[in-house]
Amino acid sequence: MRQYFRDIFQSVWTILVGMKVTFTHLFTPAVTIQYPDVKLKLPERARNRLYVNMDDCIGCFQCDMACPVDCIKIETVKALPTDDLGLTSTGQKKRLWVTQFDIDIAKCCYCGLCVYPCPTECIKMTDVYEFSEFDRHNLIYNYATVTPAEGVEIKAKAAEYEKEQAAKKAAAAAQAKAAAPAPTPVAAKPSPPSVPPTVPPSDKPTESKQ
Amino acid sequence: MEQFLRNIIDNNFFIYGVMAVVPLLWIVPYALFAVWLERKVSAHMQDRLGPMRVGGWHGWAQTIADILKLIQKEDIVPTAADRKLHFLSPWIVFIGSYAAFAAIPFSSAFIGSNINIGLFYVIAVSSLVVVGILMAGWSSNNKWSLFGAMRSAAQIVSYEIPTALALLAVVMIAGTLNLQEINQQQNGWFWQWYLFRKFPFIFVAFVIYFVASLAETNRTPFDIPEAESELVAGYHTEYSGMKFALFFLAEYANMFAVSAIGSTLFLGGWNSPFGDFLGGPFWGVFWFLSKGMLFVFVQMWLRWTLPRLRVDQLMYVSWKVLTPWAFACILGVGFWMMF
Repeated sequence: MRQYFRDIFQSVWTILVGMKVTFTHLFTPAVTIQYPDVKLKLPERARNRLYVNMDDCIGCFQCDMACPVDCIKIETVKALPTDDLGLTSTGQKKRLWVTQFDIDIAKCCYCGLCVYPCPTECIKMTDVYEFSEFDRHNLIYNYATVTPAEGVEIKAKAAEYEKEQAAKKAAAAAQAKAAAPAPTPVAAKPSPPSVPPTVPPSDKPTESKQ
Repeated sequence: MEQFLRNIIDNNFFIYGVMAVVPLLWIVPYALFAVWLERKVSAHMQDRLGPMRVGGWHGWAQTIADILKLIQKEDIVPTAADRKLHFLSPWIVFIGSYAAFAAIPFSSAFIGSNINIGLFYVIAVSSLVVVGILMAGWSSNNKWSLFGAMRSAAQIVSYEIPTALALLAVVMIAGTLNLQEINQQQNGWFWQWYLFRKFPFIFVAFVIYFVASLAETNRTPFDIPEAESELVAGYHTEYSGMKFALFFLAEYANMFAVSAIGSTLFLGGWNSPFGDFLGGPFWGVFWFLSKGMLFVFVQMWLRWTLPRLRVDQLMYVSWKVLTPWAFACILGVGFWMMF
């Protein structure tokens, strides 16, 4: 019987205590952060959207090689001796046209591994994290400063230049051959590197369609 | 009100039609407001914000948007359901809770039906809700629904007893079942209210009534019929669209009905707490509705304070605590009146 009254008293009392607690919480400020209106400051080294400063990019492929998910796609073309691509902010001379620099941010795993090897510190993580899209293909960011049309032109010029050089080399080699047949193997060596730049123009149009 | 209408058009159909619709003009906006308030109260008690965006200021239009969405929703009836009962039950539940408003005095000038057995009628007709709930649970042909409905029936039937006994203590002093007359007897300052008469018997009766009314409206801590962690949603699991909205409306109407009965019997209903200050029929509506809303707020407050009871605890509270204490209150009041 005593326990019965004690139970009743205790339950009434604890309910009142609980009501006091909830009532005080009714007037304590909410902890909610109303996200689109209020944004928390991100930590200094937060890793979000990648950004490439193309003015500094020298087309070295370091970031492409470091990427564990292969979300960076770069294509470069050797600049002609007549072209002046300027210097990077770190003072390096740019020797390559970067005709394509695509980052598929949908694949990106935000590991930041591409940031460290960059010799000119032109690829970096920003604090932008709102970049959702309705179409997945819009998540492929094109950073190249040259337009595709310009890219084709550059490539054509480069191929022409290579051909000229090869022709010159061949002529020189023929001359040399005529003069002295012995050193031809040495002179013929520069011709193999002229082959790779001629290959990309053939498969380039299919790639750029992506 | 009745006399006023009779002066315009002396036609019984017109008069009673208007009188029947008037409480609905309060209940529908009230339900929309109360759902919003419940969400805000729950949020702030948990240090959240609740709805904030719809309509601008603190999401005031959230429930209006919700009801518009519910209207557009597909009305799904399970294939194995009993279609007729499934259709009928939300209406019966709502009618049961709405019919109670017929005998509740909103003001000294407005009462739907000024009958001698008002209180008895209210208690009797609000039991109709159980029928609707059982119907909903059974016709849905769903184990959760049936569980919820059975629990609800068991709960409401057992809690009717302490409710009625607690109200009987007041009726003994008042000597009438007419709610309008009970209100008039409490006229004057707030210490004239029955809550403070025959202290502490009526006060205890009031607490018993309030606890039991929580169980009757299936509110937390007595919400085991719709215990969402065990029974999905209880008896209205299989309802969607406007039928679901009707259940919701009925629940909130019921909340206000029990609050209105509580304020009429214990807190003087439409009487101003300060004698004649701010009295009169129009202020009466204000006092009545604000007293009712106070109880509704306390119901919400309790909901976000207490966890749900177990079934055995629920029965223990009803039969071993509330019922004997309600009898004790009746006896106490009876002896007080004798000597």
